[in-house]
Amino acid sequence: MNGRRLAALVGKESRQVVRDPSSLAIAFGLPIILLLLFGYGVTLDPREVPVAAVVEEPGGLADRFVSSFARSHWFDVTVVRHRRAAERGLVAGRYRAAVVLGQDFGARVRRDTGPAPIQVLLDGVDSNTARLVEGYIRGAWRAWLVQAGLAGRHLARPPVALEPRVWFNQQVRSRNYLVPGLVAIIMTLIGTLLTALVVAREWERGTMEALMATPAGAGELLVGKVVPYFGLGMGAMALSTAMAIGLFDVPFRGSLWILAAVSALFLLAALGMGLIISTLARNQFVAGQVAILSAFLPAFILSGFLFDIPSMPVAIQALTYVVPARYFVAILHSLFLAGDVWAVIWPNVLGLAALAALFLGGTALFTSRRLA
Amino acid sequence: MTWVARLKALIVKELLAVWKDPRSRLVLIGPPVVQLIVFAYAATYDVHNATVAVHDESRSAAAARLVAGFRGAPAFAEVVHLRHQGAVRPALESERADMVLHIGPDFARDLRTDPPAKVQLILDGRRSNMAQVLQGYSRAIVRDFNARQVARTGGTLPRAQLRVRAWFNPTLDSQWFIVPGLVAVLTLVVTMLVTALTVARERELGTFEQLLVTPLRPWELLLGKTLPALVIGLAEGTVILAVAVGWFGIPFTGSVGLLYAGLVVFLLSVTGVGLMISSLVGTQQQAILGAFLFLVPAVILSGFATPIANMPDWVQTLTLANPIRYFLVIVRGLFLKGLGPELVWAQMWPMLIIAAVTLVAATVLFRHRVA
Repeated sequence: MNGRRLAALVGKESRQVVRDPSSLAIAFGLPIILLLLFGYGVTLDPREVPVAAVVEEPGGLADRFVSSFARSHWFDVTVVRHRRAAERGLVAGRYRAAVVLGQDFGARVRRDTGPAPIQVLLDGVDSNTARLVEGYIRGAWRAWLVQAGLAGRHLARPPVALEPRVWFNQQVRSRNYLVPGLVAIIMTLIGTLLTALVVAREWERGTMEALMATPAGAGELLVGKVVPYFGLGMGAMALSTAMAIGLFDVPFRGSLWILAAVSALFLLAALGMGLIISTLARNQFVAGQVAILSAFLPAFILSGFLFDIPSMPVAIQALTYVVPARYFVAILHSLFLAGDVWAVIWPNVLGLAALAALFLGGTALFTSRRLA
Repeated sequence: MTWVARLKALIVKELLAVWKDPRSRLVLIGPPVVQLIVFAYAATYDVHNATVAVHDESRSAAAARLVAGFRGAPAFAEVVHLRHQGAVRPALESERADMVLHIGPDFARDLRTDPPAKVQLILDGRRSNMAQVLQGYSRAIVRDFNARQVARTGGTLPRAQLRVRAWFNPTLDSQWFIVPGLVAVLTLVVTMLVTALTVARERELGTFEQLLVTPLRPWELLLGKTLPALVIGLAEGTVILAVAVGWFGIPFTGSVGLLYAGLVVFLLSVTGVGLMISSLVGTQQQAILGAFLFLVPAVILSGFATPIANMPDWVQTLTLANPIRYFLVIVRGLFLKGLGPELVWAQMWPMLIIAAVTLVAATVLFRHRVA
């Protein structure tokens, strides 16, 4: 490799990046949008849940039950007189759940011939939310029973009480694990999608051949292509980390130099993937589609960013091993929330290194074959 | 030639342009179906195969019964025992254990003489959704244990009992939620890319000028670009729907006609946005990136993975301009809830407005670029 030639190539590619506002928009605009959305907008923690309370016979116990529900800040309670109204509301999505107190509710509680039934209908379409809502309703029910002295020994003093503690993220803020995971997604976008498009464009327009005809070797050309995007990626990483810590108060308990080193390694794997895609796809339409389907969406869904990998079926888990984001997300979560946990860092660094070698080696192989 | 014949020729040409390239043909058919299958299995909030580490200082029969409850639960694949307190942190930190159950030395005594006996559950907040789900499972296991304990020792039951039933999805299977959502999202991605790229590609390759010298007027050109995207989107949606029903066995309880009516309106609004992007950009790269700048926030703010109701009010207002939000309600409603026409219409008219606005805007932008 020749230093001056390489510098000239890097200069040319960098100018090309700076000239096209769309790459800069992806590198810096999209991260900011994503961080703001995930930092402020997206959460799995429900706010006030709209619940219908069907009180077939108002008065006394039933009213007190409903008002203890309404006092809890988990629910936005609407009282209706008839089941039908609540059922229609469930279908229309106006209520997430309906709590039905039958006509003889008060009488049955007073008579004490076995527990009086309280029917709870959940909107099961969104199963995750339905489970959370069920938990809240159980909590409110228990609080009411204890307060009204109707709990019986079983609930008032249960034999075993569970005391949950959440380590590494005491307040269970979903922001604390979503925002670090986003860094992986943003860098996948820059590393894989941008690179795939840029190199595919050279192939599509035939300018790759023109570049090949210059004295620069294939290796120099690839390095020249990759360096500006590497810079963009590291810049976006620095921006995202700064926003995560400064704006969103996500704790950072590891060391910054490990974060920088691991990010660099991840970028190599992501860039390698982008290069392979562009070399095989040859045109931008296909390269764009393949990059989105094989890099961006998997970074979202198969990386452990939103969905837990060990809970997936074994065949899908096997697939996640070729998703670079998987290793990066695990390291990011530990660095941000737990610290320098080498038991997590080492195996994931090895995974990243193997993928980087695989993708970059594959690119070198395919590029030389395409020229032949 | 009449304008109908001209338009037909253009539509045929557009469809051929996508179809004749074997790689773009492959991209249209293969990945969406593979994605649907992979993501439908991967995108679950349920927890399986979890490992619970138990640090049992009580070593009593009652503690063993409690632990047996965890061993028997389907979510937990493995129960490992920790010998001493110092092993707790490394087990959790290295993710060898997903949660730790700590039973203190006084457990059996407290259970007998001074209930409640306290048991600590330590969860991994790095994966906080999993932590919350595991906490829910653990509560249910302890609830069972308590009920049995009360039955053994004799105690009074509460005066009122909850009977919980989930409608529309009785077993609360998260696949029933995710798969209909994927029908919307995958159709969206493909249609959006096809439309965003169509004009940009012509412009980049220089064939756009050739189109301009044909007798086609701007609105005919635009219609010629809209209809093929609609056809591709409908075909795509049909294949994905077939897989959702045929492979995943998601019940479809609504009317197929309503679904297609919703799909057409949805695709029109998506095509409008795609053509707007297409008429604003100069190159394919800008088109793909522009499509991306729309797609990513739009999917995140659609209610696909996280409920819109959880978002802050200003974000919820923002989502009103998002066509995916409405179509998701229609697809999920028609799959699981047997949604009636008037409820479908309530979601349809906002999409019609979005479609009208974006298509008109695209025509204006387009004419502006042509002039």
